[in-house]
Amino acid sequence: MSSTATVAPRVTRAKISPRKRARRIRLVQYAVLIALVVLMIATVDGRQVQSVFFRPDLIVLTLQGVPHALFNTLAYTLGAFVVGLVLGTILALMRLSQVAPYRWLASIYIEFFRGVPALIVLLSFGLLSVAFPGLRFPFDPYGTVWAALGMVSAAYMAETIRAGIQAVPKGQVEAARSLGMPAGMATRKIVLPQAFRIITPPLTNELILLTKDSSLVYVLGLTTAAFELTKFGRELSNSNVNLTPLVVAGFCYLIITLPLTFLVRRMEARQQKAR
Amino acid sequence: MTTTPDVVPTGNRADEIQIYDLHKNFGDLAVLKGISTVVRRGEVVCVIGPSGSGKSTLLRCVNLLEEPTSGRIFILNEEITDPDADVDFIRTQMGMVFQQFNLFPHLTVLENCTIGQTQVKKIPRSVAEENARANLAKVGLADRTASYPAQLSGGQQQRVAIARALSMDVEMILFDEPTSALDPELVGDVLGVMRDLADEGMTMMVVTHEMAFAREVADRVIFMDGGVIVEEGHPDQVIGSPREERTRTFLQRVLDPTHASPAPQAGGGDRSQPPAAG
Ligand SMILES: Nc1ncnc2c1ncn2[C@@H]1O[C@H](COP(=O)(O)OP(=O)(O)OP(=O)(O)O)[C@@H](O)[C@H]1O
Ligand SMILES: [Mg+2]
Repeated sequence: MSSTATVAPRVTRAKISPRKRARRIRLVQYAVLIALVVLMIATVDGRQVQSVFFRPDLIVLTLQGVPHALFNTLAYTLGAFVVGLVLGTILALMRLSQVAPYRWLASIYIEFFRGVPALIVLLSFGLLSVAFPGLRFPFDPYGTVWAALGMVSAAYMAETIRAGIQAVPKGQVEAARSLGMPAGMATRKIVLPQAFRIITPPLTNELILLTKDSSLVYVLGLTTAAFELTKFGRELSNSNVNLTPLVVAGFCYLIITLPLTFLVRRMEARQQKAR
Repeated sequence: MTTTPDVVPTGNRADEIQIYDLHKNFGDLAVLKGISTVVRRGEVVCVIGPSGSGKSTLLRCVNLLEEPTSGRIFILNEEITDPDADVDFIRTQMGMVFQQFNLFPHLTVLENCTIGQTQVKKIPRSVAEENARANLAKVGLADRTASYPAQLSGGQQQRVAIARALSMDVEMILFDEPTSALDPELVGDVLGVMRDLADEGMTMMVVTHEMAFAREVADRVIFMDGGVIVEEGHPDQVIGSPREERTRTFLQRVLDPTHASPAPQAGGGDRSQPPAAG
């Protein structure tokens, strides 16, 4: 160690030490930040900001309708998630099937629904009952949304679930089969429970995305009773020519998504530790 | 030296595992080249041989985890290689213990021992648990029923795997190098459990590198090399005074690792060109 220090010629050393340099850069960053805050306080009219984004009477008004809208958002999201989970599992098993046509069908489905905007799928499902007058989804409009968003998210989940199934060691199936379990039972009782444990974090991420995607249902032309957070906030914002209801709606999404994000982080950290 | 009976199959239920002219190819690679042997009720057969000789493949063919290329296998007089055979049912009579334990990590020790009973044999949960506890006690793990496999040592996991097989009330157990993945100080516990099973009259087919165990516990030793049975017989004969040169070379290498370097040269010639045995 000491030999390398003596070998290095003194002239090549920087004029200031790297540590001092880093401190100087940090100071500049703080200075810029303070300048920006001062500029904002000087130029932005606080009272106007409050009256546009956080008007108290509108917050109260919005909050009265929030429980119902929040319920609808959750209903659309969870229903679609369940449809996506079931369909995604079937697609994942098809992707891993010994029967080639099953693999092809699953691939076509997955590539199609991952490549097409969810909005178009939703619009198409909304028009289905117009095109086929006899056709009605159960629990309309919930059934329509569950089917449309569920079919889209199934395409994403299928790939995740397939990766999870493949991450289960082959010896698990062999142990199950050697106990006399038929192939289907080994998949249901041994492989899938382990696969879903592995992929819980990415599936929770999918649930977060789906929560936000549920806002797309506004294109279906819903009745007031079926409004979810976004549509509900937007209607109130339009009628009051004020952004407060939308801001409140936005915070409501955070109430759902932030805990889920936190949960995913914890699960990922724990899986990292278990490795 | 050959143990192939005159009548095939023998029709005797006590001839629990009957293997006739078993061949197995992986693509172009012929791994088993005509294996025939019969394992009788209560017999402990140890299969030894160099790495890659097809020991695991033989064991895996017996319970059809590998599909034989040709040949016939009978378990308790039922042909498991028959395309119409109820393979799942035949497997319930035959346990398998793996080198890597292969316990179900999402289930507790107790559940590992009950899931086969309740799901496959439709035994009521309370009866299955009682049975599982008895078998866990037998392998010395009565106090770990609520643990998960990850919380156990390798030796304990392997003993749970044995209890899991026993809980199916099997007639026979296949062991594929049950102690090879264990730390040396844990090997003894597992071999002890296997010795007890042998004493109780369990039919066992054991692929192993534990020569002392084979010599002490086995009723018969099969030495395999290059996909054929080179030599089989009483352990004192096969391990104590082997007739075949290939057996001698292998045993020299296994029993005295310091001779490992000169031995391959001596065995190298006849390994590539195996003489037809029998
Ligand atoms: N699924 C498979 N696909 C292709 N080749 C295989 C497969 N399983 C085994 N083999 C090959 O068959 C040969 C015999 O393998 P096997 O595992 O039966 O040997 P082994 O006697 O058990 O050896 P070891 O003592 O190392 O466990 C090896 O050359 C191996 O590479
Ligand atoms: Mg092996």
